Amino acid sequence: MKPRHKRLAAIAFGLAALGIATALVLSAFEKNLVFFFTPTQVVANEAPQGRTFRIGGMVQTGSVKREGIEVRFVVTDTAKSIPVVYSGALPDLFREGKGVVAQGQLGADGVFRAREVLAKHDENYMPPEAAHAVEKAQKTLQLK
Amino acid sequence: MKWFWYASPQTFYPLAGRIARWSALGAAVLAVCGLYIGFFVAPTDAQQGEAYRIIFIHVPAAWMSMFIYVVMAVWSALCLALNTRLSGMMAAALAPTGALFTFIALWTGSLWGKPTWGTYWVWDARLTSELILLFLYLGFIALRASIDDPRRADRAAAVLAVVGVVNVPIIYYSVQWWNTLHQGASVSLTRAPSMAATMLTGMLVMALAFWLYAIAVSMVRVRCIIRERGE
Repeated sequence: MKPRHKRLAAIAFGLAALGIATALVLSAFEKNLVFFFTPTQVVANEAPQGRTFRIGGMVQTGSVKREGIEVRFVVTDTAKSIPVVYSGALPDLFREGKGVVAQGQLGADGVFRAREVLAKHDENYMPPEAAHAVEKAQKTLQLK
Repeated sequence: MKWFWYASPQTFYPLAGRIARWSALGAAVLAVCGLYIGFFVAPTDAQQGEAYRIIFIHVPAAWMSMFIYVVMAVWSALCLALNTRLSGMMAAALAPTGALFTFIALWTGSLWGKPTWGTYWVWDARLTSELILLFLYLGFIALRASIDDPRRADRAAAVLAVVGVVNVPIIYYSVQWWNTLHQGASVSLTRAPSMAATMLTGMLVMALAFWLYAIAVSMVRVRCIIRERGE
């Protein structure tokens, strides 16, 4: 082997070792790297108890109730759902049936007291006309 | 071999000049087309309104920030393995542009985040790993600048660039591996894009413009480095 082939092999070996080490570290961190917990995880007691954490999911359609400055809504991942109470300004993209991430604590009564609410946007970009068409199509499907 | 003909800085110098001129011209033309499509042709987004138009800058900049790092790491690996003079110079020429695109991606994303998410910054996996990429670029530039002997500086910085490349797949796949506030990819090679056709066209034209811009400025920069070292 020429010296430069040796060096190339050493670099390739080093990178492979580094990649494997990173993969192991990341898989060990997997649980701690989550930005939010889903309602299913919260119900299964996988979320930290008595500490601040974030829950994420969809705002259940028809669940948003405003009482003065207080807003109540339900976060769902279609399997399980968690009621949330929050007082403060909501982001522009906060909509029923859309993604949301709320930070706060879970009370003993099972209600999540949020201190911060963020809207989670999905990867779909479409003009309003297309959005109306999709909505219409879904409604006719539901009627059938 | 013909391929190694251009590995010598003296023969590469005039070629770099020609590449720089043509890429700069292409970048200017495509950027005008891309911005026109982005601002006047592409429709408003149903959910985000006009704020979504950030994608014409943000997404191409984020793509380029990752891609330039990979190219830089390949040049650095060549520098370490073959000890060729040009590869270290190429890596050095790419770093400032990569850092610029990383900064643009973070900055525009932050401006978009406030009206859309309700916050400028969150420590989710995507945003944090992109910030680490910016630090890797800055670390690379700083490390090269701190060593006086150019060949030793090239090799030291090359080690950093090659080691840092593990961060790139982490950035790209972070939205799939973990729950993040940042949305998943709208465009990927494996499935149909989840965005309207004109929006996608505008974004791809801008991506090409950024690509040519990156080639043009790194060629100009590599010519400066060749001159600086008196090759």
